[in-house]
Amino acid sequence: MSMNRREFLKIAGISTIAGIGGTALAGGLRKGVLEAAQAAPNTDALTEKRWGIAIDMSKLKSEESIKRVTEACHRIHNVPDFSNTKDEVKWIWTETFEHSFPGQEHKFMAEDMKHKPFLLLCNHCDNPACVRVCPTKATFKRSDGIVMQDMHRCIGCRFCMAACPFGARSFNYKNPRLAKNLQEYMNPEFPTRTIGVVEKCTFCYERLAKGLKPACVEESNGALVFGDLDDPASEIRKILASKHTIRRKPELGTEPNIYYITGGNDYAVVPEIR
Amino acid sequence: MKIYNGGKILLGLIIFGALFASPFYLNMGKVSAKPELKIDTPEIQKLEDKKCVEPKEFMRAEHMQILNSWRDAVVRNGDREQIIISGHKYEKSLQNGCMKCHSNKKDFCDKCHNYMAVKPYCWDCHIAPKEKKS
Repeated sequence: MSMNRREFLKIAGISTIAGIGGTALAGGLRKGVLEAAQAAPNTDALTEKRWGIAIDMSKLKSEESIKRVTEACHRIHNVPDFSNTKDEVKWIWTETFEHSFPGQEHKFMAEDMKHKPFLLLCNHCDNPACVRVCPTKATFKRSDGIVMQDMHRCIGCRFCMAACPFGARSFNYKNPRLAKNLQEYMNPEFPTRTIGVVEKCTFCYERLAKGLKPACVEESNGALVFGDLDDPASEIRKILASKHTIRRKPELGTEPNIYYITGGNDYAVVPEIR
Repeated sequence: MKIYNGGKILLGLIIFGALFASPFYLNMGKVSAKPELKIDTPEIQKLEDKKCVEPKEFMRAEHMQILNSWRDAVVRNGDREQIIISGHKYEKSLQNGCMKCHSNKKDFCDKCHNYMAVKPYCWDCHIAPKEKKS
């Protein structure tokens, strides 16, 4: 069969129009079939630019109040407790001043400050070292500043644990479900982790999505204040503007977003001078 | 022609052949029944409009893709848009979505996965609802 150019162009043109028209028509027809469900935007969620927490150490008076905070967190997030430091999984934990802020201690500092347990958690840094080193992007920075951990992607290489200068990450050396506390109680609304992944504090992203404050903030009776560091009118910014605060290892340049108010006034035991 | 140690070799060959073919003759005549999934949990029976997020056939073939896209949406993009079906809102979640209705993991998930010999690792982390006696 021979075909001249005019005939070829005619056929090509008609089949192009038929092709475009056909797919549009088929797509239009299919719409009603596939769209079985509607979607409702989540309007409860607390969304901000840069979440941060200010911890007022003077308001965390007793060991019990600190324990209440850590236990609330570990309970709702199914954090296993193997009662040995090697297998320990920490989301929020305590450490002495000397170990929390190395280099800032001195021999004349207040006795109670020296021995006071400081509440530590993931700093959700602006320049997170853990995110830089993660080879699978299992850990990543969300747009609201939370350093998130995607357990589905974690391959357990532990680079992030080596990179994090705050010791905020823990490896699951054992199957967490074998821990005694998880065999007794597991929060059915939150997953556990599996053996061989790294986990840490997630700033309660699942609670923020429901419009709730992080569990530690809620349990702390006002000792922990959380808010948006990018919003000059937020409570946390007012606190940071009015009180002297310190951060853990700021010299490393990771820009931690957890601030500590260590001003003595409230709880320092000043020896009476006569 | 003479085979050295012929008896032993032949016996060995027969034993090897019998072992090799054992899966075939052991399972001969046994038609393994197609798994029948139970979708009559109390939670589903309470629903007026018994509808999943997508039609049954689609869910049967593509539920893993839906779960993967939900996972990426929620975990990576923080997009927790809820799905509305006949006025009910459902979370984009395996543990807090799917399993709220399909509370029978053994008769719903496992039956088919065992039949197909697939081992998804969902339940290494996600907590399955407590099995009720049915």
